[in-house]
Amino acid sequence: MAKTLDKRIIGDFTAAGVDFVTSVPCKQLAGTIEVLDQTPAITHVPSNKEDEGMGLCAGAYMGGMRPAIFMQNTALGVVVNTLATLIQFYQIPLPMLISYRGEVGEPVACQVEMALHTKAILNQLHIPTYHFHTLADVEELPGILAHTQMCKKPVAILTDASFWRAAT
Amino acid sequence: MIRNDVLKTLLPIIRDELVVCNIGAPSQELHALDDQPTNFYMLGTMGLSSSIGFGLALAQDKPVISIDGDGSILTNMATLSTIANNPRDNFILLIIDNGSYGSTGDQPTYAGRKTSLAAVATACGCDHVVEVDAAQTAAAVKAALEARKMTIIVSKCDSGNVQVPVIDRNPIVIRERFMEAVEA
Ligand SMILES: [Mg+2]
Repeated sequence: MAKTLDKRIIGDFTAAGVDFVTSVPCKQLAGTIEVLDQTPAITHVPSNKEDEGMGLCAGAYMGGMRPAIFMQNTALGVVVNTLATLIQFYQIPLPMLISYRGEVGEPVACQVEMALHTKAILNQLHIPTYHFHTLADVEELPGILAHTQMCKKPVAILTDASFWRAAT
Repeated sequence: MIRNDVLKTLLPIIRDELVVCNIGAPSQELHALDDQPTNFYMLGTMGLSSSIGFGLALAQDKPVISIDGDGSILTNMATLSTIANNPRDNFILLIIDNGSYGSTGDQPTYAGRKTSLAAVATACGCDHVVEVDAAQTAAAVKAALEARKMTIIVSKCDSGNVQVPVIDRNPIVIRERFMEAVEA
């Protein structure tokens, strides 16, 4: 069931002009994805894998749309090459709303393994990274989305279990 | 006929169309044969020509032709289900199936053995899938453009490359030039 926070996040994306979103689901993003599908201003095309999704985003951007991708942090293990040789190499602005699994509150031990690598991979790729841990952190989202378009880079918004647990 | 021969037959048909071209030899050969601002050359990221072209077709109404290869489709095969389930009649996926990884020394792919990419595309739910011999490729692309129906074309040709230079254009120049052509 979508919460006020989910609606607020999607509202910020549409206000920033984002009109194309691809997603690979995560439990923490379920409400946000539900709101996506109820938002006529956004074309939502689910993808099977995040590198495929970034290809869709690159094409949509060149067609005049403003894309974003919703994904889980484990997928950073999939998309390193795509980020470097497509999104960064061709300078395509791409906000990545990332479910940051494996942080405090995580019930699945295996998720911690990729959580340990998440910020290291993003740092290695020089990707601007913002970590939403408390509910108030969401107030930064409009600024982050504007910053992404300005610098034409992939930008990571990590959203952890504490952030989602505080949602109403 | 090898890929470069097929591309030559396509030139009069695709010259003014939006083309997203696969990484490596396909982009290098197309660039050497007939560089156009309507061509987007992939310099990296094997497998995403289909997805980039499809994203472009979703975002605007001009026809888009993604030129892909058998090896690249095998790398990103699941995108055929994304394409099938979100059909766009301005999208044509041309898979040049030479049964080999052409850019890396013509090692055989599974598409050259037991795997049928046309059958895979059909099983994914693509409604218009045609498999043609290399010599019929240009006619198939022309027919798909005229029909304005999303079409997946598998062109069976021989393996082999021609010696052409790598593309040394700046990626941002390629992208901005292409985006101006999309908007024009
Ligand atoms: Mg091949």
